[in-house]
This record gives sequence, structure tokens and C-alpha cells, in this order.
Amino acid sequence: MKRAFRNASFAIGAVLSIALVAVAALSLIWTPHSPYEVNMAAKLLPPDASHWLGTDPYGRDIVSLLLVGARASIVVGMVAVGIGLIVGAALGLLASARRGWAEELIMRIADFGFAFPAILSAIMLTAVFGPGMVNAIIAIGIYNIPTFARITRASANAVWSREFVLAARACGKGAFSITMEHVLPNIASVLIVQATIRFAIAILAEAALSYLGLGTQPPQPSWGRMLSEAQSLMFQAPMLAVYPGFAIALAVLGLNLLGDGLRDRFDPRLARRR
Amino acid sequence: MSVFLAKRLITLIATLIGASAVVFVVLEILPGNAAQILMGPDASPDAVHALAVQLGIDRPPMERYWHWVSGMLVGDLGQSYAYSTPVRDLILERLALTVPLAVMAMVITTAVALAAGLYAASRQNKLGDIGVMSLSQIGIAIPNFWFAILLIIVFSVHLKWFSAGGFAGWDDGIFAGLKSLLLPAISLAVVQAAILARITRSAVLDVLREDFVRTARAKGASRRRTLWGHVLRNAMIPVITVMGLQFSELLAGTIVVESVFYLPGLGRLIFQSISNRDLIVVRNCVMLLAAMVVMVNFVVDVLYAVIDPRVKASDI
Repeated sequence: MKRAFRNASFAIGAVLSIALVAVAALSLIWTPHSPYEVNMAAKLLPPDASHWLGTDPYGRDIVSLLLVGARASIVVGMVAVGIGLIVGAALGLLASARRGWAEELIMRIADFGFAFPAILSAIMLTAVFGPGMVNAIIAIGIYNIPTFARITRASANAVWSREFVLAARACGKGAFSITMEHVLPNIASVLIVQATIRFAIAILAEAALSYLGLGTQPPQPSWGRMLSEAQSLMFQAPMLAVYPGFAIALAVLGLNLLGDGLRDRFDPRLARRR
Repeated sequence: MSVFLAKRLITLIATLIGASAVVFVVLEILPGNAAQILMGPDASPDAVHALAVQLGIDRPPMERYWHWVSGMLVGDLGQSYAYSTPVRDLILERLALTVPLAVMAMVITTAVALAAGLYAASRQNKLGDIGVMSLSQIGIAIPNFWFAILLIIVFSVHLKWFSAGGFAGWDDGIFAGLKSLLLPAISLAVVQAAILARITRSAVLDVLREDFVRTARAKGASRRRTLWGHVLRNAMIPVITVMGLQFSELLAGTIVVESVFYLPGLGRLIFQSISNRDLIVVRNCVMLLAAMVVMVNFVVDVLYAVIDPRVKASDI
């Protein structure tokens, strides 16, 4: 029962994650209607054969908006996690390879990065540079750096104390080549799992920022913006506020389940213990 | 313990100084001439200069930084441009909403998470456990502002039990104030409760496997007594660590949720001040939130050492 449950949730996670990417890819070549075309005559239509989920207050097709909205989530998530992963892992590997004051310095800076949650750093950036998708990406990316740095350092330290690293050192290998040939491959699975989970968090952060009007800007559709537009119509068309949130929740659920499932597969001991 | 405290205290102060430097550079130096920003590109150079002198931004950066930090220490945060009132008064007024909101959300989070986590752990791998874990997985995936909108649709639009937003204030009695904070607090708590329930469950399961639990059971302690007397205390360490992190998430979450419910709190003040280009308010609010996050983490670290005396300065 337990094992079946774990396998099922991993499968659900994989399917939802693939669906998210597939939907965004599909939107590049096909949507039922144009998500940019405003048609006031067709505003707030109920679902029918042409508009499967109806239309919004500007007469845009909800399904098309949802499909294209997936793109904003994926782009922001990928780039923001990419920034966090590359910079954070580099810092973590450096801290682990050099130890001493370099490690202390990097980890203290990482500690202090935790003082600024994603929304807060994004708000600082938008206060200065104005709202926009790029600033949202940078803010979420910066917020991801300390997490990746910490996790990388902790896992890398464990690898550095293993015998095969000692052997490599005895052969005269330098810190850099040991890091690239031995440490990095051994911590890759941890980083992949973390990247999946951080991707989900980035999607949530992007949605929140776009909801506040600080993230993805119109006319580019995004799920967060759709929610803020729907909120003023809660009395006339409450369902408008349901679909985009459902899309966000499904995407995040999928990535989280995928991350958990990957963790179990990479580290079966953990799965058995829990 | 005293070495540990001293070390943590130094880190705390260093972090606060570092955070204030970051906030200052990002919100005071990077934007360039704040007077120009406030008055727009069409303002005459004389008027811009006059405002710059009035705001004190014609002085060198180090002097301004020192002026700001020393002002903070005595509670003088300067004057808001948009509201023409002292920033301190603005913030204090807004905190009267945001702090109760965050505390209320934390109470709901803790109550729900501990109950759900303990229940799931006691039914490990049975239907109840799987049910709680599936629900928590869904809870983690729900954006708090969406849940807020759903709560408004159900409880305000349909059932009409609550108003759709706004804050009754504390003047009409505590109950009216708490009632207008209930839906926002629940929407903030959902995600955090889901996360904390999972942490609680795995922490309790980890402790249940320890030898001293078997010993306690062997010497005849009842299941209930073992759970409350031995397991919970030891399981609290990871739980409290996560709670500290969650409190910061809750504070950051108020920025979004206060906007959903049109609550005049600190989060909404930051948001409005950005639209007003009132950077002095943004700067102080961001610093305050960052300081709260840092302080909470400090308290957590200290609590950690109190609960588990094995934690020494060298471990941190």
C-alpha cells in the first residue's frame, strides 16, 4: 500500500510536470483563440463549444489565456532556478573545496540572504527598477542562491570526506578537478531534486508577484494576473478566479510530487526509513 | 551556553548591519536622485534641488546611511513624502494590524499542523496517514492569495458571513477586529500548516524509533504518556526550526494577502509606497521586515539550544 502510494504520487507528479511543459509548448504553435484579441462583444461568455471555459471581461478566451500563461510560469521558474542553481552551487562547491575563511564568509553571506524572502527582494527591485518579468526573475533567482549554496556545501562536504576523494588527492589531483570529477557528479541528484522543488516555489512566487502587478506585465498573459483581474468580478463571474489558481496549484503539485519521487529514487534508504 | 549566546548575538548584529547596508544601497543609492523620481522628469532643476536639500539627499552617502541608522536606533525614521507624516507613526499604525495577523496565522498553523502531524504519525502508512499526507501535499501547492480569493467567494460572496475585505479596527472591540483578520489568517496558514504537518510527522516518526522510547514503553509507560512526555519534546527541535522560517514566510505573505483583503497593514503600506514612489517608507518597511525575520531566527536558534542542551556554539 505504502509503496503503491509512493509510485502513484511519483507518476502523478511526472504526468503533471510533463503536461505543464507540453501545454506551454502547445501554446507556441496553437491556441483555440488569440489570447491577445480583445472583443468586448464576447465578454464574460459562459463555457460553450467554442470557448470551453468561457471568456474574460475583455472577451478573451480563458483556455487560450491559461495555455499561454503556462509559458510565463515556466520561463520565470527555469531562469530563476537556473540563476540560483549555477551561482549557489558554484559558491557551495567553492566553500566546500577551500574550507577555512572562504567557507565561513560564503556561509555567513548565505545566512543573511535568508533575511530577504522572495517577495521582499522582488519588491525592493521593483521599487527601484520598476515592475516587470525580468526583475521578477532576477529577484527570485537571487532568493534561490543561498538555499542552493547551503545544500551544495553540506552535500559536498560529505563527499569530500569519502575515501575515493582521499585517493584522488593522493594521486595529486587538485581541488578543482576533484570538485568537477568526483564531488559534482555525486551531489547532482541532490541538486536535481532541489531544483525541481525550487521550480515549484518559483512558480508560486511569480504568480504572487504578477498578482500584485509587479511581475509579468500585460498584455502577456500570466496566471497571477488573471487572478487579480478576476478578483474584481467575484460577484458576477466567480469561476474566473477558480481556473488560473487551479492551474498554478496543479503545476506546483506536479513539480513537488516529481521532486519527492526523484528523491526516493535517488536515495532509496530515505524512502524505506520514512 | 554563554559562548553560544555571545556568538549568536554577534552574528545577529552583523546580519542586521549587513541587511541595512543592502537595503540602503538598493533603495537609496541605486535609484539615483530620489527628488527627481518624486517630482517626475518634467520638474525644473531648481525645484528638484530644493526637494533634494529638504530630503537631505544632497549629502554624501555615508553620512546619509549613518543618519538613517542612528535615527532608527532612537526611533526616528524620517518623514513620509506621500503621507507627510513621520514614517514611524505610519509603521506603528500598520503594525497594529500586521502583527496580530501574523501571530493569528502562526497559531492556526501550529494547532492544525501539530494535530495533523501527530495523527498521521500515529497511523503511519494507514489510510489516515495517507489521507493527511495527500491533503498536505495539496495544501503546499495552493497559492495563498488564491486560497484567499476562494475563501472570499465562499464565505463573503455566497454565505455572507464575513465582509469581503477591509479591517474593522480595534475600536469596536477585539472580536470585530479578529473577525476581519480570520479569513486572511487562514489563507496565510494553509500552506504553512501543510508544510509543518509533514515536518511534525517525520520528526515524530524519527523519535519513535529511538531507544529511549522503547525503554519508556518497556518500563510500563502508556502510549499516551510516552508520546506526550518523551516523543513530543524531542520531536519539537526540527519543528521549532521550521516554525521560525515559517514566521518569516508569513510576514512576507502578508504583503500579498493584505492586498487581497484590502487590509491597511504593513504589507499594503510597502505596496502603496512603491506606487507612490515613497522610497523612504519602502526602505524602512523592508528593513523592519528583514529585521523581524533575522530576530525570529535568532530566537529560534536560542530556543533550539534550550530544548537540546547538546547544541553547542561549535555546531552553529
